[in-house]
Amino acid sequence: MHAPGSALPEILVAGVGLTPIGEHWEKSLRSIALEAMTAAVEDAGGLRPQALFVGNMLAPALSAQTHLGVLLADFAGWRGIEAATYEAAGASGGIALRQAVLALASGEMDRVMVVGVEKLTDRIGSSVEAALAAAADADFEAVQGLTPAAQAGLLMRRYIHEHHVPEHGFAGFSLTAHANAVGNPRALYRRAIRLEDYASAPMLSDPLNLFDAAPVADGAAAILLTRGDRHRPAGERTPIRILASAVATGPLALHDQPDPLGFEAALISAGRAMAQAGMAARDIDLFELHDVFSIYAALALESAGFAERGQGWRLAAEGEISRTGRIPISTLGGSKARGDAGGATGVYQAVEVVLQLQGRAGEAQVPEAQVGMGQCLGGAGATVATHILARADRL
Amino acid sequence: MEVSRHWRLRQQRYALVGEVCPHCDVKIFPPRDICPDCGREARTEYQFSGRGEVYSYTTVHDAPAGHEAYAPYTVAVIRLEEGPMVTAQLTDLGDQPIEIGTPVEMTTRKIGEDGERGMLVYAYKFRPVLRPA
Repeated sequence: MHAPGSALPEILVAGVGLTPIGEHWEKSLRSIALEAMTAAVEDAGGLRPQALFVGNMLAPALSAQTHLGVLLADFAGWRGIEAATYEAAGASGGIALRQAVLALASGEMDRVMVVGVEKLTDRIGSSVEAALAAAADADFEAVQGLTPAAQAGLLMRRYIHEHHVPEHGFAGFSLTAHANAVGNPRALYRRAIRLEDYASAPMLSDPLNLFDAAPVADGAAAILLTRGDRHRPAGERTPIRILASAVATGPLALHDQPDPLGFEAALISAGRAMAQAGMAARDIDLFELHDVFSIYAALALESAGFAERGQGWRLAAEGEISRTGRIPISTLGGSKARGDAGGATGVYQAVEVVLQLQGRAGEAQVPEAQVGMGQCLGGAGATVATHILARADRL
Repeated sequence: MEVSRHWRLRQQRYALVGEVCPHCDVKIFPPRDICPDCGREARTEYQFSGRGEVYSYTTVHDAPAGHEAYAPYTVAVIRLEEGPMVTAQLTDLGDQPIEIGTPVEMTTRKIGEDGERGMLVYAYKFRPVLRPA
């Protein structure tokens, strides 16, 4: 079943589901996850999974809850199935997806549900910041008061210094994400912003401002995968295949990276994924990258081969990342405007790529999309998970 | 309270004790026992000079729990003169502007309190190297 081009057996998307990202005061972690999983099962015509892989980062710190695999499998009515959580900070969802791909590729499983879920808004302010900061090196970074926004601020200042980026050079990432979110009814911030809004935003961690950073809130996304040789999705939907799944790691601490602006784990992860799919950057029609901070969007574009080193910001400044540009990113708003649900991000990205490839993205539709890539980051690019999906009817 | 955790790190926090690789002579901080360059065992202690320069810096306004009382504060990545980089708060900034490349040196300061009635936690911070007037 190895189609020309991909090193993976045929792994198909049976169904997808997601919740809006937001302050869901009225919903618990388990009910948010169930909403997404139920939607995915319905989308798959009622298919019941054999296993549930959960991507989550913050439940132990913010909900005093570990053991999400069994919690969510039981709550969904799937008692008896295999279930476990995968954690790799902001890359948790991508890691859970990767593990599902491996389980299916091995032949051990036929139908696997992946859910990424976060419940952040039961706590506020400094306790959320501390939980997020725990993704860095606790003994040598977090102890110094370093936060994820500060890591991004450090990288952004160095990038501006080395590559001579003009003032507001990163604005295009925020403007594009917000413009795209207008077409996504599930986005957290569904309104366009102007350059003046960006330019007058308060500093978070200079030179990083409020509009360079994604808002974090509650949300869940789910994707049900099958082996194509055992369960072919029924119905009218355009069949979507996972062509590549790759994870790479670098040093955990930013200061331990020999070349922090090289974003090496992203380079390796994207390179492995493209090699697996038998593709190059020019074959990718849209790229759901992890724009939790605008600097990371620039570095992700460079490390995946869409721009030369130091030139990623120009793609945003020159309109190349819009839905009709050379490489559309954050097509439904991205983390910046759809909202960022921490460790759920990798699954949101996969679901959004599926919606784009199936022509179900509504007003946010990217025209003629046949191949899409999703990439989520744990920490400042310490863990990077990349997936490439494509229309199976066009392969 | 994490008394033993803070105690365990005293040599690094107070004296910048890292390691040197006996095989390739690379200096290592924080200590990690396996050389990141050649992959062989590196357990030889090495005390860093505490001198370096600013690789990058930023200001934290939204501080995590345990650091709120100090906000806003400046945090930097320092390139030590022996090679490795370290994350640390900058202190004693006065009127002197910080830039990428500013020479800095290690000093010891309080960085937090471990709980309401807990012990005070001290560690390295870095300050601009004083220039003769």
